[in-house]
Amino acid sequence: MSTRVNDFAFKIATANGTGSASANGLIMQAIFRMGVPVTGKNVFPSNIQGLPTWYEIRVNKHGYTARTPHFDLMVALNAATYAKDVAEVRSGGYLMFDSSWPLDDKLRRPDITYIGVPLAEMCNAQFKGVRERILMKNIAYAGALAALIGMDTEIIAALTKEKYAAKKSLLDSNEKAIALGYDYARANFDCPLPIHLEKMDATKDSILIDGNTAAALGAVFAGATVGAWYPITPATSVMEAFKSFCMKYRRDPETKKKKFAILQAEDELAALGMVVGASWAGARAFTPTAGPGISLMNEFIGLAYYAEVPAVIVDVQRTGPSTGMPTRTQQGDLMMCAYASHGDTRHICLYPADPREAFEFAAKAFDLAERFQTPTFLVSDLDIGMNDWMVPKLNWDDSYKPDRGKVLSAEDLEKAKNFWRYYDHDGDGIPQRSLPGVHPKGAYFTRGSGHNKYGAYTEDADEYQEVLDRLDRKIQGATKAVPQPIIKHTPGAKLGLVTVGGCHAACVEAMDLLAKEGIALNYMRVRGFPFGDEVEQFLESNDVNFIVEQNRDAQLRSLIMLDLGVHIEKMHSVRYYAGFPMSAHHVISGVKAKLEKVA
Amino acid sequence: MTYIAKPKVHHPSLKANAIGLTRRDYEGAITTLCAGCGHDSITAAIIQAFWELSIPPHKVAKLSGIGCSSKTPAYFLREAHGFNSVHGRMPAVATGANAANGELIMIGVSGDGDSLSIGLGQLCHAIRRNVNMLYVLENNGVYGLTKGQFSASADVGSTAKKGEANAMQPIDGVLMALTLGATFVARSFSGDKEQLVPIIQAALAHRGFAFVDVISPCVTFNDHEGSTKSYAYTREHHVEVVQADFVPPREEITTEYGSGAVQNVMMHDGSWVKFRKVAEDYDPTNRDAAYTHIREHQNKGEVVTGLLYISPDSKDVHDQNETVAAPLFNLPHEQLCPGNDALQKLMGQFR
Repeated sequence: MSTRVNDFAFKIATANGTGSASANGLIMQAIFRMGVPVTGKNVFPSNIQGLPTWYEIRVNKHGYTARTPHFDLMVALNAATYAKDVAEVRSGGYLMFDSSWPLDDKLRRPDITYIGVPLAEMCNAQFKGVRERILMKNIAYAGALAALIGMDTEIIAALTKEKYAAKKSLLDSNEKAIALGYDYARANFDCPLPIHLEKMDATKDSILIDGNTAAALGAVFAGATVGAWYPITPATSVMEAFKSFCMKYRRDPETKKKKFAILQAEDELAALGMVVGASWAGARAFTPTAGPGISLMNEFIGLAYYAEVPAVIVDVQRTGPSTGMPTRTQQGDLMMCAYASHGDTRHICLYPADPREAFEFAAKAFDLAERFQTPTFLVSDLDIGMNDWMVPKLNWDDSYKPDRGKVLSAEDLEKAKNFWRYYDHDGDGIPQRSLPGVHPKGAYFTRGSGHNKYGAYTEDADEYQEVLDRLDRKIQGATKAVPQPIIKHTPGAKLGLVTVGGCHAACVEAMDLLAKEGIALNYMRVRGFPFGDEVEQFLESNDVNFIVEQNRDAQLRSLIMLDLGVHIEKMHSVRYYAGFPMSAHHVISGVKAKLEKVA
Repeated sequence: MTYIAKPKVHHPSLKANAIGLTRRDYEGAITTLCAGCGHDSITAAIIQAFWELSIPPHKVAKLSGIGCSSKTPAYFLREAHGFNSVHGRMPAVATGANAANGELIMIGVSGDGDSLSIGLGQLCHAIRRNVNMLYVLENNGVYGLTKGQFSASADVGSTAKKGEANAMQPIDGVLMALTLGATFVARSFSGDKEQLVPIIQAALAHRGFAFVDVISPCVTFNDHEGSTKSYAYTREHHVEVVQADFVPPREEITTEYGSGAVQNVMMHDGSWVKFRKVAEDYDPTNRDAAYTHIREHQNKGEVVTGLLYISPDSKDVHDQNETVAAPLFNLPHEQLCPGNDALQKLMGQFR
């Protein structure tokens, strides 16, 4: 293989629950600190211990962050998946394995180089006890890798010291294990390999963060005080991160009392019910969940829409339908989030493409939910939520003031002639709101049953319809308030590439590659629903648009048709939905296939 | 549900409470339930209890689910915010509202369908969490709005209007609440306002989840011979074990009773509940004894009523969470947002 610096991908195959996550984290961070753009994709099973797990790392000097399925180096440490792992190595690539045991001849490929490191043997000799031997074996491979791909040893040493600052014994064993792997590789192989790292200066303004942590930070900074949830993969870490940030930032310095409440509900129905109750009483409240949770929450989503109660719902999408593959990613909830619950509904949705947007849009979601008095979805996914992404450092504008919407104070109510809860006072479809416990004149009866603009129960056809029509106008008004699409025009291009969320990374890379082949594309990434004029204008301005998304049924295309009435002839669907994050080649082959058909 | 408000014109001789409000000020819209419905008597007891305690109505949040019982919050405390939520899910809404604003005085009204079937899980978990609220279960053993199906509280052998007998075991809310660790458990009868009003008052003073099951006959679908939730059956079979008197904070305990027959329990806010024992040796602070007593009487076909159990050291959600004293919903943003300096410092952890 010819030399390739800072542009390769490798994959580490281990068994779940053996401590490989620490080693993988270490490797990612070390590369990042060398100033080289890096992304990691954790391909893990729905299991606590024993099933196969993989970690994919892509190093790319151009900053492309999409998943690539082409691996130059495989670190195959799980005998149960050897055959599959050997098959995935790119021709001319490398396979590192634990040579404590001989490798079956059937696993030998003539077109790849085998690198045997006796990890188990070395660790058995150096460490005592089964658990420590297994854990250290999984650190030792990081050491071997460091030598093979030329990771900076000083950076690794510094990272290890930071990580185990509080535990001297762990620091010692980790340092020892890393040295074992490193020294063995240096002594036995020509290090570094032709695919290797060299220091760059491309990460100094960036961080490595997952979207769930970032969304939780957004909720903290936006002032959310009530979080209700039911544990579910892949959304669990949103609330775990929220809790740890709140413990850090939200306790009274003297009394240690909490300025937040986290309610672990009995199910997702209750979780959203709690959010609705808390928002009704005036708090900023949210619930993180995944598709199965949204299915259960449909009832309360409809209530919150019709009774006009704010609610922030973070949907970290996973594959469906039903339980699906809980640890794989998809964009399968686009339709459900947009129209959840029975009857006529339509909901504000925000679509982040990476953790930085997850942070910004999470905060934004509270403003929109309160301004429009309606459920608001942060539609993330497992890839954004649980994988480490390299993104610019998060930033917060200290002049931010929460938009609490039209909430009347005791003074407002005292002065007001009348308070009519569902009356369109300002002509924007957004009524005035009062909170319980504030003023007798603010009292009204919140209900999911038919009501008129004064807030009273009704079964009168005209009164009912008047409120329903105003709700439609209200949500339509949100088109200008949601994050606007990112649009990039290419001179002379007549074709459009349109996508949503995390597919952005694959689309950006694909566009560059297609451009080299002479296929010029205009680009749009939608970031908020309902869609506005800009989205429609973009679609109409191109001869044909390719709608790139991660679900079987072309849900984004359907949403665009339903919401904007853009003709289906204008929109060719490009989809990948098998559970991995989308790669550039999915986009390229999809676009080319359609172009050939058209031609 | 009606929105025809009752006239607010007061007769000048109407008695005012400590904050100058008359009983009328604690009323709501005109009921749309059937004439003679037990629920309307409970509504009257709630009005009486709040008026006597001189609670400012707008400080109250009244919540409910779906069903006949869940309509009743419209019929009391017109100056309080009401929330008629979804079927069986009021406890979650109440839990959230309480988390946001612990100062709200919360009353939830539910029925046996709402609480013991579709909402059984939510009720159980609200009890476990010990959400600070009064929870009234208006228990009539039947689905009214859908015209007469058995509910989960219907006793074995109790008959429907057309004669069909219920074969399935009932869920007894009181026994269940005791089992789940409820900190305040009472059972009463809609036809016994003297018993019910002080129970409601004690429940409002209780810091935690106060579960009050009230047998409340359905005159239209479950008041016939053969029903064990009829007026006649309940009058005949209800056995009062303790009579609770509620003594608000700073008032002297003046009533005298024979020695040994009275037990005083001090509430979180400094008020007292005086138990006048009808059954000898009944200890309303002993959960296991309460359970056994109720079961023994049930086996004899009797319905035990009264404030049956109270935990003197109840800790509600906020106590457990160690929340700051000020309600969360209006904490100033400066106290909630760590600011950009803190964020930039934090960014170091992600490198």
